[in-house]
Amino acid sequence: MTYITKPKLHHPSLVKNKAGYTRRDYEGAVSTLCAGCGHDSISAAIIQACYELDILPHQMAKLSGIGCSSKAPTYFVGASHGFNTVHGRMPSVMTGANLANRDLIYMGVSGDGDSASIGLGQFAHIMRRGVNMTYIVMNNGVYGLTKGQFSATADKGSISKKGQANSDESIDLVSLAILMGATFVARSFSGDKHQLVPLIKAAMSHKGAAFLDVISPCVAFNNHAGSTKSYDYVREHNEALNRIDVIESREEITTQYDPGTLTTVQQHDGSILRLRKLGEDYDPSDKIAAMKRVQEGLAAGEVVTGLLYLDAAPKDLHHHLNTVEAPLNTLGTSDLCPGSATLDRINAGLR
Amino acid sequence: MKTMPALAAVNDFVVKFANVNGSGSASANELFARSILRMGVPVSPRNIFPSNIQGLPTWYEVRVTEKGYLGRRGGVDMMVAMNPQTWAQDVKEIEPGGYLFYDSTKPMPSSMFRDDINVIGVPLTAITNATYTDARQRQLFKNIIYLGALSVLLDIDPEEIKRLFGEQYKGKEKLLDSNAKALALGRDWTSQHLDPDSVKLTVRRANAVGNRIFVEGNNAAALGAVYGGATVCAWYPITPSSSLAEAFQTHCKRLRHDKETGKAKYAIVQAEDELASIGIVIGAGWNGSRAFTSTSGPGISLMTEFIGLAYFAEVPAVIVNVQRGGPSTGMPTRTQQSDLLSCAYASNGDTKHVLLFPEDPKECFDFAAQAFDLADRLQTPIFVMTDLDIGMNHRLCQPFQWDENRVFDRGKVMTAEELEAGKTFGRYLDVDGDGIPFRTYPGTHPTKGSYFTRGTTKDEYAKYSEEGPVYVRNMERLQKKFDTARRIAPQPVRYSSPKATRFGVIYFGSTSPAMAEALDHLEADGHHVNALRVRAFPFAQAVEDFIHEHDRVFVVEQNRDGQLRSMLMNEFTLDARKLVPVLHYDGTPITARFIAADIAKKLGQFKVVSFEKAAS
Repeated sequence: MTYITKPKLHHPSLVKNKAGYTRRDYEGAVSTLCAGCGHDSISAAIIQACYELDILPHQMAKLSGIGCSSKAPTYFVGASHGFNTVHGRMPSVMTGANLANRDLIYMGVSGDGDSASIGLGQFAHIMRRGVNMTYIVMNNGVYGLTKGQFSATADKGSISKKGQANSDESIDLVSLAILMGATFVARSFSGDKHQLVPLIKAAMSHKGAAFLDVISPCVAFNNHAGSTKSYDYVREHNEALNRIDVIESREEITTQYDPGTLTTVQQHDGSILRLRKLGEDYDPSDKIAAMKRVQEGLAAGEVVTGLLYLDAAPKDLHHHLNTVEAPLNTLGTSDLCPGSATLDRINAGLR
Repeated sequence: MKTMPALAAVNDFVVKFANVNGSGSASANELFARSILRMGVPVSPRNIFPSNIQGLPTWYEVRVTEKGYLGRRGGVDMMVAMNPQTWAQDVKEIEPGGYLFYDSTKPMPSSMFRDDINVIGVPLTAITNATYTDARQRQLFKNIIYLGALSVLLDIDPEEIKRLFGEQYKGKEKLLDSNAKALALGRDWTSQHLDPDSVKLTVRRANAVGNRIFVEGNNAAALGAVYGGATVCAWYPITPSSSLAEAFQTHCKRLRHDKETGKAKYAIVQAEDELASIGIVIGAGWNGSRAFTSTSGPGISLMTEFIGLAYFAEVPAVIVNVQRGGPSTGMPTRTQQSDLLSCAYASNGDTKHVLLFPEDPKECFDFAAQAFDLADRLQTPIFVMTDLDIGMNHRLCQPFQWDENRVFDRGKVMTAEELEAGKTFGRYLDVDGDGIPFRTYPGTHPTKGSYFTRGTTKDEYAKYSEEGPVYVRNMERLQKKFDTARRIAPQPVRYSSPKATRFGVIYFGSTSPAMAEALDHLEADGHHVNALRVRAFPFAQAVEDFIHEHDRVFVVEQNRDGQLRSMLMNEFTLDARKLVPVLHYDGTPITARFIAADIAKKLGQFKVVSFEKAAS
């Protein structure tokens, strides 16, 4: 934990992106999480992704629940509004926020306790509604703020810091998200920035429910031998299915790859995802195959990472509700109030 | 059978229909009420129904009242007994000299009747079976046939019923004809076989309805939400509030689609539970949309944590609570005013919320619309406290009105221009002395005005802080904001007795029509009482003044614990003996008879010694 206030002055030589902002402009307050916490790496990856995507910092809305992970939105994109809601209920608040203003970029940050334990219901329902968002779970399998209790994503048989074995089945949020209808589902590791940053960029470019499960070891309570969410375990068991690059539609593809190892997918917003296959033949557009591969990984004790499922032409909640293009929060009295003449007609029908 | 002296009344009686739910009786019974209304005579109908879909007893009680007493009177002058299951109970309920109307197809032993009532038998099943072969037709038209018979017996103009058929079945002429035919069947049989004077209850054309409208409170509140600018509605089905969200959907389909694109200027989500409903409302409110949910007691219980967040983080939200009988699942289809305490002080910690108490559908409309202005102005949840009695029954009320020049009050929202011009922004900074800070909508300005919203304590600039003085300052500002609410929420309405009196009565919400009638009864009996109808919490200063003005104040409520009384005790410095509870909470709407009798009895006890003397 650090107590130093971040200097606000930026070095003049910092490189600006196309939106005119430096990487520093996407930072937030200094983290109060433990030194070495995986969550800080994820915050850094989010900052990098936002910078590379040239988003306007204030056009993002960050929402979270309660827990260590849910503190994270304070640590990135400080120029945007954030909402630290109640435990396990961030999805409903994000749904409402999204309905009110469809033009902002919604980033939901949650943890395994927040999403898989207390918030499992809301997690499932936001996925099935197709809210246009990026939903990141910083998954460490443990309750940090209350000091080391198992969460619902802790693997069965994994050992707590106090030496207790977890006897409950674990909940795999990736499987659940695919099952519930999320249209972008990926898993990554906080210690693998090269995989994580492009996945966050791709998720943010996705115009539908994008879910990203990021294994993020808890250095204080879940980084010991016997844990399946420790740095060592994840590094040893990480089974990356692919690597992606996100290319804006205007850019030319220049890098050459061996034929048969590269797939390009155009997302609805025009962004192109370039998928590099690693080792095995894996098609993330095949939902059933994706579920099968994820389950196989679970059975083998692997941490299967990469872009696991993608529907490149998703429909979001606003599409389902057929809402107007203008954000609902910009509509005023004249747009919304039918007026007194209409009311007189309604009265006449009630006599 | 011996004929009793028959009850005689013109435009002043109660008819109760005892039916089986799911039998299609509801629409025939409503036609009965509406046809009388069309004759210029006010009616007040009430559904008394079970928490069930098909097969259980259900009642529809119609009070015909030229004087315009729209509360439930109590007692039944004519029972239309169509349900064998409840026969004994229904027959017992009839006033002496009253009437029992029944299906006389099968002979019944005289022990099934009473000596002191008049029995009118019409062989409904026989008539129906002779005319129709289809089982569903037999069931449905039997209802119209009894409507025809009643129209003869009570002098209801059949042309009014036919006009109503015409409106109901516009473009479905086949249905119109078959209904008219069934009506004629009932009328013809009755005219030919019964003495038209056998029932001395009569409907006579009058001019007592005026331009009033006949509407359910849930429908009215939903329309109020449309007029009040609600764009987001999130809800979870629960009796008796479901028809409110459904009515919002219906109104929006007609009134809120863009004419050119056909797209919706609203979003409705049927959420997975009440926790999600209120979460969606809070998310939308935080982001600058007007949002509401409708629910009932158990839903409020689930929403409590989120309500505390909205209070403490200061997010606008509108919650319509259509109250039902509690606690727990309680009596889902019965009425009560028993969620006052659970709403007024919902959530952990020190919280207080603004409640509005509409008396009828007109105020459901007004208060629903106003709730959005209050929520934005005060940046806090606003509860519209209706109940099943108002929400799910058609009630005669003043027509809805809307000032064409009215614009939404969006409250204190700092704009990009103001931020750019250097105006100081502190999310929880009281700049005007009314306890209400400025807020910004997400996405307003590239570098200024962003802040972090949280349920934890924070300073004036939204920065996390657990410092004692910072916390206390914030809590005191919230209290100041509550005092602002006291001034801007609907003020109470006073009704003064023509004679000076030491006695007062306080009441609210759906008790209103029964209270108005009870006051007339009391006055006629020489009991003078001033009355104050409370329309909002926090209570206006006028409420405290009213209490101090009187020796004793009756507090009339539809709950067991005297919840409004508790709140009055909690908010004002009072001698507890001064507030005398008058409580009715069996799930049926309170009646004028009950109120007048209970107050008269208690007045008898108090009149001997004045309160000052007793206290000294």
